[in-house]
Amino acid sequence: MLSRADIIQAARFEYGIRPVERRFQGSLLAQLEGQDPTSVPDVANTAVRMQRLAELRRLRKAQGGQSEALKQARRALREAAASDMTSLVARAVGNPRGFRERLFAFWADHFTVSPRQANGSFMLAAYFEEAIRPHISGRFSDMLKAVVSHPSMLLYLGQNASTGPNSAVGQRRQQGLNENLAREVLELHTLGVDGPYSQDDVRQFAELLTGLTIGPEGMRYTANRAEPGSEQVLGNNYGGKGETLENIYRFLEDLALNPATAQHLAQKLVVHFIGPQPLPELVANMAAAYLESGGELMALYRILVVSPEAKMAVFPKVRPPLEYVITVLRTLDMDPQEIRDSTPREARRLSHQLTAMGQRPFRPSGPDGWPEAAESWINPPQLAARISWAGALARSLAGDRDPGALLDAVLGDSAPEVLSFAVSGAATKWEGVALLLVSPSLMRR
Amino acid sequence: MTLSRRKFMINSTLLGCSAAASPLLTPLTLAAAPGDNRLVVIVLRGAMDGLDVVRPYGDPDFARQRPSLGAGEGAGDLDGFFSLNEALADLMPLWRARELGFVQAVSTPYRDKRSHFDGQDLLESGSNARDGAPQTGKTGWLNRALALMPGAQAETAFSVGQSRMLLLDGPQPYAAWSPGSDLAMSAQTELLLARIYADDPLFASSAEMAMELSGKTDDMAGGGRRGAAKALASFAAARLNEETRIASFSIGGWDTHNGQRRNLVRALKELSEAILELKSGLGSHWQRTTVLAITEFGRTVAENGTAGTDHGTGGLMVMAGGAINGGKVFGQWPGLGELDLYQNRDLEPTADVRRYLGWALRDLFDLEASALGSSVFPGLDMGHNAGIIA
Repeated sequence: MLSRADIIQAARFEYGIRPVERRFQGSLLAQLEGQDPTSVPDVANTAVRMQRLAELRRLRKAQGGQSEALKQARRALREAAASDMTSLVARAVGNPRGFRERLFAFWADHFTVSPRQANGSFMLAAYFEEAIRPHISGRFSDMLKAVVSHPSMLLYLGQNASTGPNSAVGQRRQQGLNENLAREVLELHTLGVDGPYSQDDVRQFAELLTGLTIGPEGMRYTANRAEPGSEQVLGNNYGGKGETLENIYRFLEDLALNPATAQHLAQKLVVHFIGPQPLPELVANMAAAYLESGGELMALYRILVVSPEAKMAVFPKVRPPLEYVITVLRTLDMDPQEIRDSTPREARRLSHQLTAMGQRPFRPSGPDGWPEAAESWINPPQLAARISWAGALARSLAGDRDPGALLDAVLGDSAPEVLSFAVSGAATKWEGVALLLVSPSLMRR
Repeated sequence: MTLSRRKFMINSTLLGCSAAASPLLTPLTLAAAPGDNRLVVIVLRGAMDGLDVVRPYGDPDFARQRPSLGAGEGAGDLDGFFSLNEALADLMPLWRARELGFVQAVSTPYRDKRSHFDGQDLLESGSNARDGAPQTGKTGWLNRALALMPGAQAETAFSVGQSRMLLLDGPQPYAAWSPGSDLAMSAQTELLLARIYADDPLFASSAEMAMELSGKTDDMAGGGRRGAAKALASFAAARLNEETRIASFSIGGWDTHNGQRRNLVRALKELSEAILELKSGLGSHWQRTTVLAITEFGRTVAENGTAGTDHGTGGLMVMAGGAINGGKVFGQWPGLGELDLYQNRDLEPTADVRRYLGWALRDLFDLEASALGSSVFPGLDMGHNAGIIA
């Protein structure tokens, strides 16, 4: 039987227990060490995906808006995006390194890209695999640089439309700055909304970012769109010896090591993994360790996971729908391959169900990502959607599962007495399983 | 459920950091409810073609711009200048009873990019952001209006339907339900569920309300897309007959790039059925009811090559209810000549739709015009009251 500490860890830092799986041997931090055996290589290619989008544009130009070939190409993109979603779910379900998966989701949300069009959704998996996934246990500055220079982010926050007003292109075409990316990097990704920056810093940073745009196969730096001269951001000068991408990267590296960034990242991790209660000492310790390490994310995690608050059996947070779905599929020992093999229609249905639970997959309403508050995720229709989804799943998948044994397997002796009573008191096996799946013990963390 | 019907509901959404300061649960207070007036806001998603709904047949350029879509008598003349689309023929009695009205050539401040999602975000957040750039911490204008209503409780405002509506989202508590949400379970399971939620108020209160509403709406849930709006309207009317004063839901299907004649009829029928269902469901409360149907933007003035229209700018607001000053097409008509159009293609908006929404909120719920122009619709010049409420 699992220890109480295992159960708490699986709830707080992972996607719960998967009974059929051999539990990862080693600490939470050990889950993050070594090569990532679970990256999805075939989606990790921004260039290939951008070429396909370019083909689509050519098709539209050549054949007008309504041709059959264009319709088919569009459908293929939509289906690819849907299959990306099921691949991500399948990986999270099948990965014994649950902490890696949860951190991946955390950072993907920290650097939210919420595409408004099918084309953007088609790029999303490449963004996740290339800009986020490789860096979750590395240096924060590497993730920051990868995100800020990825076409998905450049497009989402309008950087591709930003031009230095005094650059050659800006002068010729009378174009100017778009401050959006600069503002959100400071406000959301690094210093935080109360951080030590001014509107002047936003503007100077936006000027520094000019030149960063999108080419046919990925990010491109176009010096003749870059605002000439050096920029002073947060008190330091960048550039002045020619317009290069290096100037931008140098600022991002400094930004990653700003004490306000350390504080902001530590605070976000604590709110996400522990809860909304203020824990200033823990946050300060994490921030200090991060700065001392020169910006290593592991330094943050190392203190977080051993904190006394992380070990308490108090669960103020509610798993958002996607996280809940993954947790339920793990509880039921769902085979990841079966999830991967979902038809486009099944993927669409899952997407509708997640939407009914209040989370349209990968489409948060703004660059600040999904809300953290428990109350954001449980209201009458959203809870009803969770209950009917999990109930239907239990009925079709768990008709012969012994609900009492399943309860023991995933909650051990941490199961609340009332839940043990309810699960064993259900009229049928599947209803017993359904009660377990919709219990606060599986929804909270 | 064995739990007594607790008179509280959870806050549907607390965004970001404001959550810590907000109470989890909002007890029902005995303060006066915010009056007897009822407001229903319907979001028409996909950009309704206002020119084809209320057709300016009296404009000399209309027939030229709309050779096929503009042809025909429609459901009848409205005022000697506009005529009504034939799909809304069932609403003509309301027009004659001054319970149906329109505002032509209105829009939000959103310009030029013509994206549905950004346009709808702006429509629901009530923001001033002309470019529709992604924003953080968005809340809906109806939620901010609730903050100004002293007697407002969680059930004062009801979001009906499956998707979360930005229009009502924000720190003020509101209720939400989707008719057709299926919670069919045996009495025994229901009882057990109540027990496992009993110690967790967040779950207990939501489940309790879900059970209660699920039982009430089973028979009206219907199935499939067709007729869905009618079910939403029927549910909204039932709530408005009780403690609810503001209800909101969406109707889709307005993005008529091709085959508009056929496709628009389908969407208009949904709207017409929803309005008639509200009227019959509300009974005598219909006299105190205002229905406002708004859309993210209008569509191009000229027909496109596939017998449809593309994303435009100026559009139409549809109004219904016993409380409105109906039988009128409000708004200043910009004309359809080449020089009258916005960017040579769209109906020029002659007023901000938020003005009409703002004055309606003032007249229905006694909100101060100054607060409307600052917190509900920041940056809006309220202008004068055109008097859409009787």
